[in-house]
Amino acid sequence: MILNVRDIRIGYNGRLVLQGLDFAVDRGQVLAILGPNGVGKTTLLRCINAMLKPRTGAVLVEYADVFRMHAGEIAKRLGYVAQRNEAGRMTAFDAVLLGRKPHMRWKISEADLRKVDAALKQLGLDHLALRHIDAMSGGELQKVCIARALVQEPSVLLLDEPTSSLDLKNQLEILRTIRHVVHEHKLAAVMTMHDLNMAFRFSDAFVFIKDGRIFCCGQNTELTPDMVQEVYGVPVDILRHQGQAVVVPQMAGC
Amino acid sequence: MSHFDHGQIPSEYTAYIGRKAVFLGGLTLLTGVLLVMAVSLGAVRIPAWDVVQAFFGQGEDPRFAVIIRNIRLPHALAGLFAGAGLAAAGAAMQSILRNPLGSPFTLGISQAGAFGAAFSVMLLGTGTMQSSQVGAVSIINPYLTTLSAFAACMATSLIIIAIARIRGASPEVMVLSGVALGSLFSAGTMFLQYFADDVQLAAMVFWTFGDVGRAGWPEVWFMAVVVTAAVLFFVFNRWNYNAIDAGDETAKALGVRVELVRLAGMVVASLVTAVIVSFLGIIGFVGLVCPHIVRRIIGDDHRFLLPASTLTGACLLLTADIAARLMFAPRVLPVAILTAFFGAPTFLYLLIRRRGR
Repeated sequence: MILNVRDIRIGYNGRLVLQGLDFAVDRGQVLAILGPNGVGKTTLLRCINAMLKPRTGAVLVEYADVFRMHAGEIAKRLGYVAQRNEAGRMTAFDAVLLGRKPHMRWKISEADLRKVDAALKQLGLDHLALRHIDAMSGGELQKVCIARALVQEPSVLLLDEPTSSLDLKNQLEILRTIRHVVHEHKLAAVMTMHDLNMAFRFSDAFVFIKDGRIFCCGQNTELTPDMVQEVYGVPVDILRHQGQAVVVPQMAGC
Repeated sequence: MSHFDHGQIPSEYTAYIGRKAVFLGGLTLLTGVLLVMAVSLGAVRIPAWDVVQAFFGQGEDPRFAVIIRNIRLPHALAGLFAGAGLAAAGAAMQSILRNPLGSPFTLGISQAGAFGAAFSVMLLGTGTMQSSQVGAVSIINPYLTTLSAFAACMATSLIIIAIARIRGASPEVMVLSGVALGSLFSAGTMFLQYFADDVQLAAMVFWTFGDVGRAGWPEVWFMAVVVTAAVLFFVFNRWNYNAIDAGDETAKALGVRVELVRLAGMVVASLVTAVIVSFLGIIGFVGLVCPHIVRRIIGDDHRFLLPASTLTGACLLLTADIAARLMFAPRVLPVAILTAFFGAPTFLYLLIRRRGR
């Protein structure tokens, strides 16, 4: 297992938000973290990345504890794509080059520039390399941010709602790219999602969080309507369409 | 892990970086030319060639040598370093505070400096009137006034640092603390001015007009060391500021210790501003707008923004210094009056012009 999350407990202002979470992700696997608003999905991602320190528990990346690493070392192992990204007047190339920061010394090396070029090509952004990111669409900017996380050359990619506020085409493109990169480079990805159908379509496994605990988890084939109903309080049917599980809320529940 | 080794360096990118390097080279050249002009032009005109020779210690005419050594050069260098320091601090502060209105004065330093000077004039008795001079007012003991202004500047910085340590170094906390402290020091200055006599009041107001003419060689050396160190510090942090511009979370994920970078940047910006303000008085505009002028031309990448702002600040203050000497010669205006006269139209033009190339 490339990422192990063990008994994470974390709280704000005396209230325990996450009350002991355990899960693991393998190489080449995309894990979707699902659950209602405010359940602590983003908190969990921040905790995996050591931006937040939990009260107890450990996060192991390739069997090394992230809470014992310094910030630069964490940045070499974990890439993080935040939900909200600021866009200054910088070219896409320079914005992605920023992802090499954990590996940089005083000067940028030719290898850094080559990696940026390769990442831009991987995300189909090479024709926009010199476009300023403040003039880009939401989908393009999101791809730049993913490319930036990829040139960190991490083992694990953390994505906080990577498709929120994107249109259907961009959602599909981004998720397809993430899955492709993870499978191709044998990384692991953990992403929080709200859209269940997109999550089940593009992830390999899921974790449902409810009331600060893991309610259930498993491979996508193990999903049942009861799980969704228990977590979201909405009765649903799970249909099969071209081999894909599709979650459809029941009319009576609307 | 190494997954992206098969890329190439795009030639367009190399050309793009080359253009920025040319821009920086051009600005450096312009700064040099303006420095020579600032020494050359004035009530006594010194040929540019003599100025250049004097820079290398080979001045022929002893009359010129005295003017250059004792008056023109220290003033020009004071302008160069003050402009450079204020603009570099401004560029850094705008990133640190994530606020386009960030400037070296955001933390209330100018108001604090004015209060410190007023305090010294009123209670330490360092202000007086001089009828023979063009400036009409002078400060009896400039060192004590400078020291008092510096102490007040550092006091406001230290209070903000203390607040940031307690509440976390968030931009909101810093900006709002700066606004509050600035108002407090303004009120303090008004309080002193209300009870001051005519002479003291004149001295207090006179002090606030930022003027490179106050600097002698010791001040110039001191500013040169502090400004150079500060600019190097900011440039050293260029990728940290780029990361903070991308958002605090992204910066943290890239291994940047955001709060520490913010606090350290603020301390250095405050220090360099406090030194400049206490030696020369308040020179507004340069720190706020020079970085924006540069942003409009070469973008927000701090690798280029910081050195370019530094040079643009130096150029603007040298230009203002030249104009201050020529406009009403033989009267010499305080340079602070003119910086905005030159900078504002340029900035407004860039603002109106369609963004992008």
